[in-house]
Amino acid sequence: MTVLDFEKPIIEIEKKIEEFKKISMESGMDLHKEIENFEQQAHDCRKELYANLKPSQKLQIARHPERPNFLDYVNNMCDSFIELHGDREGMDDRAIIGGIAKLDGKPVMIVGTMKGKSTKENLEYNFGMPQPQGYRKALRLFKHADKFNLPIVTLIDTPGAYPGISAEETNQGGAIAVNLREMAKLEVPVIAIITGEGCSGGALGLAVANKVFLLEHAYYTVISPEGCASILYRDASRAADAANALKITAPDLLKLGIIDGEIKEPLGGAHTDPKAMAETLKSTIIENLKELSKISGKQLKSDRYNKFRKMGAFLE
Amino acid sequence: MTIQDWFEKRKEAQIQRRALEAKVEVDMNPDLWTKCVHCDAQLLKKDIEENQMVCPVCDYHFRINARKRIELLFDEGSFEELNSNIKPTDPLDFVDTESYKDRLEKAHQKTGLDEAVITGIGEINGQKTAVAVMDFDYMGGSMGSVVGEKVTRIIEEAIKRRLPVMAITSSGGARMQESALSLMQMAKTSCACAKLDDEGLLYINVLTEPTFGGITASFGMLGDIIVAEQGARIGFAGRRVIEQTIRQKLPADFQTAEYLMKYGQIDVVSSRKNLKQTLADILEMHALAK
Repeated sequence: MTVLDFEKPIIEIEKKIEEFKKISMESGMDLHKEIENFEQQAHDCRKELYANLKPSQKLQIARHPERPNFLDYVNNMCDSFIELHGDREGMDDRAIIGGIAKLDGKPVMIVGTMKGKSTKENLEYNFGMPQPQGYRKALRLFKHADKFNLPIVTLIDTPGAYPGISAEETNQGGAIAVNLREMAKLEVPVIAIITGEGCSGGALGLAVANKVFLLEHAYYTVISPEGCASILYRDASRAADAANALKITAPDLLKLGIIDGEIKEPLGGAHTDPKAMAETLKSTIIENLKELSKISGKQLKSDRYNKFRKMGAFLE
Repeated sequence: MTIQDWFEKRKEAQIQRRALEAKVEVDMNPDLWTKCVHCDAQLLKKDIEENQMVCPVCDYHFRINARKRIELLFDEGSFEELNSNIKPTDPLDFVDTESYKDRLEKAHQKTGLDEAVITGIGEINGQKTAVAVMDFDYMGGSMGSVVGEKVTRIIEEAIKRRLPVMAITSSGGARMQESALSLMQMAKTSCACAKLDDEGLLYINVLTEPTFGGITASFGMLGDIIVAEQGARIGFAGRRVIEQTIRQKLPADFQTAEYLMKYGQIDVVSSRKNLKQTLADILEMHALAK
């Protein structure tokens, strides 16, 4: 597993545990007390570290190469999933995947950005950076959900919409804009969860929802800290400073009224226990869908409008 | 050729000659003279100003600010500004190499404006419309909470008064210093566009130099009709970001209004000279169709 630099103290202790285990095996000495002691130390150290993460460290966890991706969550949460492909206009963007699924026995439309774990997969999913055609596919599925009264769940983990020639030629901005407008009109419950990177318009294009949640180590921002650093500080290496200034973590976003809640991750991050993470996520979704399903379609639409209508800070 | 045409032709020829033959160094008299950033011709400032801030030699359209845009497009005395009392604050206590508060103050000093958009109601050749005009000189025309709020309010006002809406954009995108709050202005303004759409009222985008990022990805590209000013650069990602990502040089005309029209994203590309009449015609035909 990829080790993050700030986890080194834990790794040091874990190395000692391995050494003691080896000695104990080879010499027959009873070292279980010492080993237990070290294990407790490692646990405490991890707990301490993860309770005090800086935004730039959360950034590393959110981008961890083994972080659960869209299909991991679908496989771990849903009883059955039928992927619905393509934008019906010539392309099936793999950076956005969606389909109908059963969650706790009930049908939902689940749509999200997809990242790979290997180079080969990342090329297929374009590192989770959708093209306009991906947003159009998502919108097609949202409208399908609206027509057949399926609640919508979106899982978002993207470094942003893809900046490329054909993306510009096929109207990347317009595709996201249309999604924002059309999501505002949906008369079914919409829940959006930022599971990793929630970067800019590329993330928002799937997040005009009745409820928006952030995983504990995920982030949500108008621009990547690196992008912000290179523009405002004229120095991309100052991304950590930008990450602080941008207030991208769940507690800050809760205070600003941007999100509705934070979803706890297993100690050490979602990648250390993807199944447990999926369980927590699933119960949050089920609980919220239950609540939203009591509200009429028209009311859901107007609640969603009012939710975003209120956002912003200004003097008057 | 009418007499008027003949006079105009002659005047144009005079300006061109003066521009090309001028031996006056721009540096010597910068109050009177300037250089066209596009063709390098030396021009009398007065000649550009009288030509709607378009270079008389090469037809390059200089970027203009919101007040000038209103003056050029709206019938004299018809524009009534609304919501000018909404002012920016610094919700994140944002500091980079400079504090956001200082940047706001500087932008105010530079432009005399309180924010990057002016909203109101006015008439174009007698056609009444609600309008939001962005100003690039105020922090790159970026959209923070105030821009989002004013755009949303002018749309709501138009719904109340049953008027069409026009958004004249000039912006680098969302304002970084308000982070996620800026991002949410994209959602807020787009939600307002959804209401406008539900109400069946006409929405026109006028994309001017430059329109990028969070603006094209929200209210800037949601018009029933999308007009762009000649030569304006319009896109989602900036040119440099794309070049760095794909490690390729881009064609010179990439992301220009003309380029985007070729790719079916824009209804009309108009010169500044024709813009007022074009917009008046669009407004009138839709008003007549009711």
